Amino acid sequence: MGQAPLGGPPPPRGLWSRWKGALAFIAPAFILIAVFYIYPTIATIIRSFFSNSGDEFVGLDNYKQIFTDDILLTAIKNNAIWVAVVPAAVTAAGLVFAVLTERIAWAVAFKFAVFAPLAISLFAAGIIWRATMYDKDPSVGTINHVIGVVKGAVSESGVLTEANASTEDLAGSSKSGFTLDETLQPGDTALLGLTAIPPDEVPSDAEQAVDPQPVQGGIAGVVWRDFSPGGGEPGKVEPGELGIPGASVNLLDDSGKKVDSATADSDGSFAFSNVGSGGHKVAIASTTFAEPFTGVAWLGSKLITPAIIIAYIWTAAGFSMVIIGAGLAAIPRDVLEAARTDGASEFQVFRRVTVPLLSPVLGVVFITQVIGVLKVFDIVLAISPGSTLNDATVVALEMWRKSFSGQNQFGVGAALAVFLFLLVIPVLLLNIRRFRRENVGG
Amino acid sequence: MKRAFDVRLAGLLAVLLLAIAAGCGGGDEEGGGETSTGGGGAANVSGSVTILSDWTGPEGESFKAVLDGFKQKYPNVNAKDRPSTNISQDLSTAIEGGNPPELAAVPNPGLTDDYQSRGALKPLDFMQDALSTDNYSQDWLDLGTIEGTVYGFFFKGANKSTVWYNVHAFEDAGVDPPDSWEDLTSAADTIKASGVPAWSIGAANGWVLTDLFENIYVRSAGVEKYHQLTDHEIPWTDQSVKDALQMMADIFNDTDNIVGGRDGALQTDFPTSVSAVFADPPKGAMIAEGDFVPGVVAGQSPAKATTDYDFFDFPAIGGSSSVVVGGGNEVIMFKDSPASEALAEYLASPEAGEIWAKRGGFASPNKNVGEDAYPDEITKRVETPVAQAENFVFDMSDLAPAQFGSTDEFTILQDFFKNPDVDATAKKLEAAAAKAYK
Repeated sequence: MGQAPLGGPPPPRGLWSRWKGALAFIAPAFILIAVFYIYPTIATIIRSFFSNSGDEFVGLDNYKQIFTDDILLTAIKNNAIWVAVVPAAVTAAGLVFAVLTERIAWAVAFKFAVFAPLAISLFAAGIIWRATMYDKDPSVGTINHVIGVVKGAVSESGVLTEANASTEDLAGSSKSGFTLDETLQPGDTALLGLTAIPPDEVPSDAEQAVDPQPVQGGIAGVVWRDFSPGGGEPGKVEPGELGIPGASVNLLDDSGKKVDSATADSDGSFAFSNVGSGGHKVAIASTTFAEPFTGVAWLGSKLITPAIIIAYIWTAAGFSMVIIGAGLAAIPRDVLEAARTDGASEFQVFRRVTVPLLSPVLGVVFITQVIGVLKVFDIVLAISPGSTLNDATVVALEMWRKSFSGQNQFGVGAALAVFLFLLVIPVLLLNIRRFRRENVGG
Repeated sequence: MKRAFDVRLAGLLAVLLLAIAAGCGGGDEEGGGETSTGGGGAANVSGSVTILSDWTGPEGESFKAVLDGFKQKYPNVNAKDRPSTNISQDLSTAIEGGNPPELAAVPNPGLTDDYQSRGALKPLDFMQDALSTDNYSQDWLDLGTIEGTVYGFFFKGANKSTVWYNVHAFEDAGVDPPDSWEDLTSAADTIKASGVPAWSIGAANGWVLTDLFENIYVRSAGVEKYHQLTDHEIPWTDQSVKDALQMMADIFNDTDNIVGGRDGALQTDFPTSVSAVFADPPKGAMIAEGDFVPGVVAGQSPAKATTDYDFFDFPAIGGSSSVVVGGGNEVIMFKDSPASEALAEYLASPEAGEIWAKRGGFASPNKNVGEDAYPDEITKRVETPVAQAENFVFDMSDLAPAQFGSTDEFTILQDFFKNPDVDATAKKLEAAAAKAYK
């Protein structure tokens, strides 16, 4: 500042004196980056060429294992699914929310609700979804509970949930009903014993079951809980065994067609009077049983990846909505007004004007999500129960599992880290180029 | 001058930041300075010793009580316990980093083999007298020996050959605790007929399934074959393995006799499977797991010992002789010093075991910890076999290399639970074992 310029070019020392201030400021950050980023990256790359215990040089063996190990191939496939589905879904969800919240009255409350999940870590989100939403037991998992309630409202209720036959001559299941093998003539009796009924499911008005009395010209029988402590004697009505009141019994003719039906009394007895001549069969109707809804296995091997993806979108949609919302606010209103005056419908305005104007913002969100999704780890670990971890796993999770969860395969873990790095680099470069172009352009 | 001032300030900042970075990144636990004096009374031993273990929560409290007992005996030694929720990870990283703790109590002796082969362990020759058949059964001593040298001993044991059941469910069904496999299967059928699924299986945790396999195998194939399979001297495709797998398949195929059915059980973890049995009304009648079940029950429900829950020994198969499959925590030494030797000797003594035994949830492999150290009848019945059993074998999956015993074996048996194909599973187990036992 104070030096008067002499004739001729400035001495080389000027470079140092110009830069030393800047260097001094950069130095601490640079040292931290060198120690915590550059050194570990190089060390990991080198480590990936050595064996798991670190002693011998194995070249590309660890990388070969990535493409031959079943679990690792599943991990790569899952990452591909994530990249194909999630960034698009998150961007779309954010776009829809951002556009909607522009118009509605309680926009702030809605935005808060959508944005709130971002405040918790992905791991916590995973735990929440696993514990409260996805549990298979309908009395625990919210989603299965709702499905159960809907199912219950739609289908009729039965007296029992399910049961088994106590003897072999009663064939069938609670889904299809139980039919007694024996062909009965008028005056015969039928014993229809059931087991696997929890004592508290027996209707409260049930009484001691009775041996059916033959009815002239008809068929009588009893439906009862055929179990005594220790097993008792199956097929025989014993003291302490209760009838099943309300059980539906059908009378079938020889061709199997239903000709009559009856309901069991409080002691389990039922009777069909004036049965025509010829053989008949009796059956416990399936309507007696309301198959309990045991829940959809959201965390089972088929649905686990979609389940985790849904939980992830729930967490990330808020981020996308906020950024797109900001982009939306930057769109000049008169462009939209002009389009509307020209006769465009709301949807056309959205498709033809809003979205193209938003495309840089959408691009940013999309690419950020691609990078995030390639690295996804904690939510997969939080949601998957041990039994389906191999079906849901992703590359970042395998990198951790191979190295640290007791397997001590550090060489393979390092190779996976390098592999992930190589996958992310092209996306990063794309992002950087877009920033550069934008800066240059405007 | 303004510029000179800027540079000096920047330089100062740089130095400050570097100092902070160096300070935080530096050493974690110090082995500590020690003043060693020649052998002599307990008061002469000083220094500090850290022992890494996986005892957290109530177990951690109990272990602290044991360390307090040690501190009373050796007032000049600073003994610290370091609980860890992921002990194999912590130890591997510490050893790789060249900074292991003095002692560790590991639940998988298979890891001990790994550390010994890396040269990280110190032999325990100085404890020859304490580690003799006066105090421990030969089975327990052999477990701590690698190639003739003693590298570890067991401080805590666990009895995994127990089946815990809901007393009321058994009464309603009218069954008595079975003592043979046939009685067990017919009891399970009767229980099913009474309206409660007999088995509660936490298949989301693979070790529940390996424990079941081991209990069946040691009885159906015998102790000799069990040791051979543990050392991979016989393959997993051996007929004895397939027979045991078939017995498991018979249980797994009876899906309405398992709480939650096939899919539900695969997503049920161990604590949930315990609460299913002791809920009111019970969702399942019994659970085949070890002596740590009462601890879980105590935390979840008001169920009381003997009146609400009880156990029977895992039944004999084909008249097999009595055997206990168990687990335990092995104490191993990474750094020797008078302080760490003193703590190791203390842990091998009956007094140390008695402190924890009184608190419950503990079995001592030391023969000299008397029955009376255990607080109540049911604990006595379940824990004394750990030291007194005629035959004791250690949990196979804990002795196997970690790649197999803690990972592959779990997932393969979970797949077997989903799809009980005995031949295919035996082949998969053999392939995984061959890779791991190299």
